[in-house]
Amino acid sequence: MFDPLNIPNQSGAGFKGEHFASIMESNSTVGFFEIHAENYMGAGGLPHRMLTAIREKYPLSVHGVGLSIGAEGPLDTEHLTRLKNVVDRYQPGLVSEHLAWSTHDTNFLNDLLPVPYTKAVLDRVVEHIDQVQTTLGRQILLENPSTYVAFSQSEMKEVDFIRQVQKRTGCGLLLDVNNVHVSATNQNYDAKDYLASFPVEHVGEIHLGGHARDVDDQGAPLLIDAHDREVDDAVWGLYAHLIGNIGPRPTLIEWDNDVPAWHILKADVDAAGRILEQKAGNTHAA
Amino acid sequence: MPPEFALEDFAKALRAPDAPLPKGIVDPFGNPAPKRFDVYRNNVTVSLIEALQAAFPAVCALVGEVFFREMARTYLRTHPPASPVMIEYGHGFAEFIEQFEPAASLPFLPDVARLDRAWLDVYHAADAQPLNPARLAGLNDDVLTGARFFVHPAVRFINSGFPLHDLWQAGRAAKSAAGIDPSLVQNVAITRPRYEIQTFGVTPVSAIFIRALMEKEPLGAAVEKVADIKGFDLTRVLNRLLTSGFFMDVEF
Repeated sequence: MFDPLNIPNQSGAGFKGEHFASIMESNSTVGFFEIHAENYMGAGGLPHRMLTAIREKYPLSVHGVGLSIGAEGPLDTEHLTRLKNVVDRYQPGLVSEHLAWSTHDTNFLNDLLPVPYTKAVLDRVVEHIDQVQTTLGRQILLENPSTYVAFSQSEMKEVDFIRQVQKRTGCGLLLDVNNVHVSATNQNYDAKDYLASFPVEHVGEIHLGGHARDVDDQGAPLLIDAHDREVDDAVWGLYAHLIGNIGPRPTLIEWDNDVPAWHILKADVDAAGRILEQKAGNTHAA
Repeated sequence: MPPEFALEDFAKALRAPDAPLPKGIVDPFGNPAPKRFDVYRNNVTVSLIEALQAAFPAVCALVGEVFFREMARTYLRTHPPASPVMIEYGHGFAEFIEQFEPAASLPFLPDVARLDRAWLDVYHAADAQPLNPARLAGLNDDVLTGARFFVHPAVRFINSGFPLHDLWQAGRAAKSAAGIDPSLVQNVAITRPRYEIQTFGVTPVSAIFIRALMEKEPLGAAVEKVADIKGFDLTRVLNRLLTSGFFMDVEF
């Protein structure tokens, strides 16, 4: 019997309803499943029935995509209550949200938008995370973003901003390695340098996902965090490097658009699992 | 306060495709980066269009994807989601279509949109045990006449002056609507006794009866409203309602 409050240092998958039958029939070996909280804010029906069945068999992580922690206005307390209801109902092992904003003037923009890294924004993000953690009565993990633009107003590096947020709120961190690769490419810095200065001791979960390729105004590569394909080789490389340095962590494969058959997603879950086992083996041997 | 100003500008520019680039949006070398900013514009617009397309599959099939996506693009400019709960998006799309000039030649389209949206409401509605039809067995007429029904939470009823159920089913099955008798009038009931959604067409006379029951009028009073109208079949309609999980409870 698993401990549902403890997400193991294994690989897991974002849960999609269309995979439910395949997962149950094949009795798949998966470390944990993660859901987008907002998809379970309805009252009942099939989504909750499937998730309840998943939750009985697998550890569960709840990932919010709509709280808009980086927004300049106050947090939407009604939405925070909805998140609390999902968390209370499913008692997940982990709860996470994004360093981003998605709501402005009560209009939901349905994308994870970037914040300038300034002291004023830092104060606001800290205040919002305090409010979320107090309301939920538990620690949350904050995820590093994918970004396509920079703000000339920014006063510090992203990684320093995140370290400050962590220090002041006591939150944990969700390190999205695909986002690191995407942002490093788009912002012209070295992904390994970013990882080297990231406060890895607070990382409670890792995300991996696929990205699309485009070019920017100057014809330079611009990567888009699309979650619509297999994890890229460059991201696998960064991930193996990271796990080699910090040891195994719960690792999620995100695939939210053009969702494939379960066995294709499962192949990426298993690939992450092999890296975790290999590095765990090395750690034990050392 | 430069950062606050940036987000305000950012949000405005996101929703206006021709607005100039917000101040301070740059590439890593400090150059203005309109194409980079367009990634966000595109994400917002395309993700909302796709959310609408997923929520309104019958509407989309009946007008075609190209037409639908343009209609959705127009809708989301004036009706962005009011909450992060995207499973609620599109309440109001039917009313928007009523006013959307290019769709005026398809007068049934708003009703198809109402039905698509109601289907999604039913999909996410609260669970409840449906009324066991045996509760009505063996009761005498006096008791039955006074029966008041409680509608199951996963039930919606859509009024229409069109062959709505046939049109909607054609759309959902991606089949041609060409053979549908345009003179048919079908209101539509949607139920979900447990997890499987059921839909069925309802004639105008049966709709009057069902509406009366939904408003908690006693069974006898509801029957009286339609007793003199030709084509009303009480046994058949009541049986349909009871076996499809339309009601959750009854009081006498």
